[in-house]
Amino acid sequence: MDIFVNLTIAGLSTGMMYYLLSSGLSLIYGLMGVLNFAHGSVFMYGAYAGVLVFGLTGSFTFGIIAAIVVGAIVGYMMERLVISRVYGQHLAQILLTTGLMLVLNELIKIPFGSNILPAFQPEALQSSWQIGEIVIVKYRIFLIVIGLVVAIILNAVMAKTKLGMTVRAGVQNPEMVQVLGINIKRVFSFVFVLGSALSALGGILMAPALGAINPEIGLMYQMTGFMVVVIGGMGSLTGTLFSSLLVGLASSYTAYVYPDAATAVIVIVMIVVLLIKPSGLFGKGAE
Amino acid sequence: MPDKVILKVKEMETYIGQYHILQGINLEVLEGYVTVLIGRNGAGKTTTLRSIIGLTPPSQGSVEFNGEMIHGLPPYVIARKGMALVPEDQGIFSQLTVEENFKIAMYKEDKQTLDRKDWILDIFPDLKPKLKLKAGSLSGGQKQMLSISRSLVNNSKLLLIDEPSKGLAPIMVETLANAIKQIKDHTTVVLVEQNFWLASEVGERYYIIDDGQTVQEGVMTDLVNDKVLQKRYLGIGTKE
Ligand SMILES: Nc1ncnc2c1ncn2[C@@H]1O[C@H](COP(=O)(O)OP(=O)(O)O)[C@@H](O)[C@H]1O
Ligand SMILES: [Mg+2]
Repeated sequence: MDIFVNLTIAGLSTGMMYYLLSSGLSLIYGLMGVLNFAHGSVFMYGAYAGVLVFGLTGSFTFGIIAAIVVGAIVGYMMERLVISRVYGQHLAQILLTTGLMLVLNELIKIPFGSNILPAFQPEALQSSWQIGEIVIVKYRIFLIVIGLVVAIILNAVMAKTKLGMTVRAGVQNPEMVQVLGINIKRVFSFVFVLGSALSALGGILMAPALGAINPEIGLMYQMTGFMVVVIGGMGSLTGTLFSSLLVGLASSYTAYVYPDAATAVIVIVMIVVLLIKPSGLFGKGAE
Repeated sequence: MPDKVILKVKEMETYIGQYHILQGINLEVLEGYVTVLIGRNGAGKTTTLRSIIGLTPPSQGSVEFNGEMIHGLPPYVIARKGMALVPEDQGIFSQLTVEENFKIAMYKEDKQTLDRKDWILDIFPDLKPKLKLKAGSLSGGQKQMLSISRSLVNNSKLLLIDEPSKGLAPIMVETLANAIKQIKDHTTVVLVEQNFWLASEVGERYYIIDDGQTVQEGVMTDLVNDKVLQKRYLGIGTKE
């Protein structure tokens, strides 16, 4: 029982980090059909920026703010300098963003080297709660709470604001949104920067749970991120949340029973979902 | 006072991929009239409307709207200059409510715009009880009404409507004809229409498009009486 609870909490908290990473991927694909293979690098930059500032200031909050700011800046530059030049060209997007990912991964090694960098939990969250046999790690609960708060805010923005309405409409029919006098590229840029900031937030929050970071975590988490998006359905935030948690739980349980299969199980979930519903769990598909 | 030309298209040519779809479109749309574009399936009527509003930008020729050259501008800029499009597939956002479909189209939510929305809902009263529902739940005819209504909320000077009667029951086509008659007192209309009854019912001037070119123009009543022309370009009366 205690094992089950712990695995569930670990799965949900990791799932929430997948959500932060994947929500941006999902929206930018849904809106403009853009595939960004450098999205994981933003996650990794967020982790490095956060860990560095946390180390320097001793404040985890400052670390989080630094990660978000760095994520937004890297995202903005990426969108302006690279992505905006290859709208509508999938092959160019894949090649350019993959190249960009390699460049970003090498650049981070200049100041930090390629070795691991230890990442610590903030002191206030280092302890655990003990309930009978069950030990609950505070930091994991913290991750779940932050993930939930972000999900609630994102959903409210999507449901209640004109921007959210435009994004929902744009995911379905970007051409019509333009015909209604809306500059969809501006909306897209904004969503891209927002998605990058969330990815970087995921990076700094995940770092202490991993104990240490290295330049490869971007690529590692990005692969899972893409699978999460495909499972949930491109362009659907609800789908992304649902599939993030599903993937987090599935790999957490599997890791306990048979650690080598923790990643394979995600691929299996993806294949099963795609066989049943090719557009993903909440994908729009053919109407 | 002579009639004002609100839209002037000169020798417009458009490629889609490597295909040379439009090969010389010439139009002079007079303000205050309903101009009908007719022609066989695949003649290039839809592409003509899409090229005018910038969705498939022309590679040659010019488009002058309200005294200003607009070819090459992005669609959202052209729309803001006072042009609206009701696309062939209606372009309804099915996941949004009917109300949200109106809202997303509104440039401002001032009194004028809201009054105009009330006026539109009086033309299409069927939509009134459906405002809170998802637009995807509307019937085909109601979706068409919504698409036309939505294009009217900003007081656009020119309305491009692409085959609104497609797939509608005859009774709905009549409703549509009445609606267009009410609309045309407020805005200039360019209507692509294959339903010859509807075209002749609301149309005042016409252009025939064939193989990506405008080949004939004139006053609608003349076309109605010209069986030879109808047979040649529209295939009317050549059945069996
Ligand atoms: N995306 C496209 N790719 C290739 N050909 C197209 C495309 N869209 C339209 N066409 C071709 O352009 C021609 C004109 O199409 P369209 O403007 O839709 O005609 P209409 O509206 O008069 O039926 C047709 O032959 C059609 O097959
Ligand atoms: Mg057509």
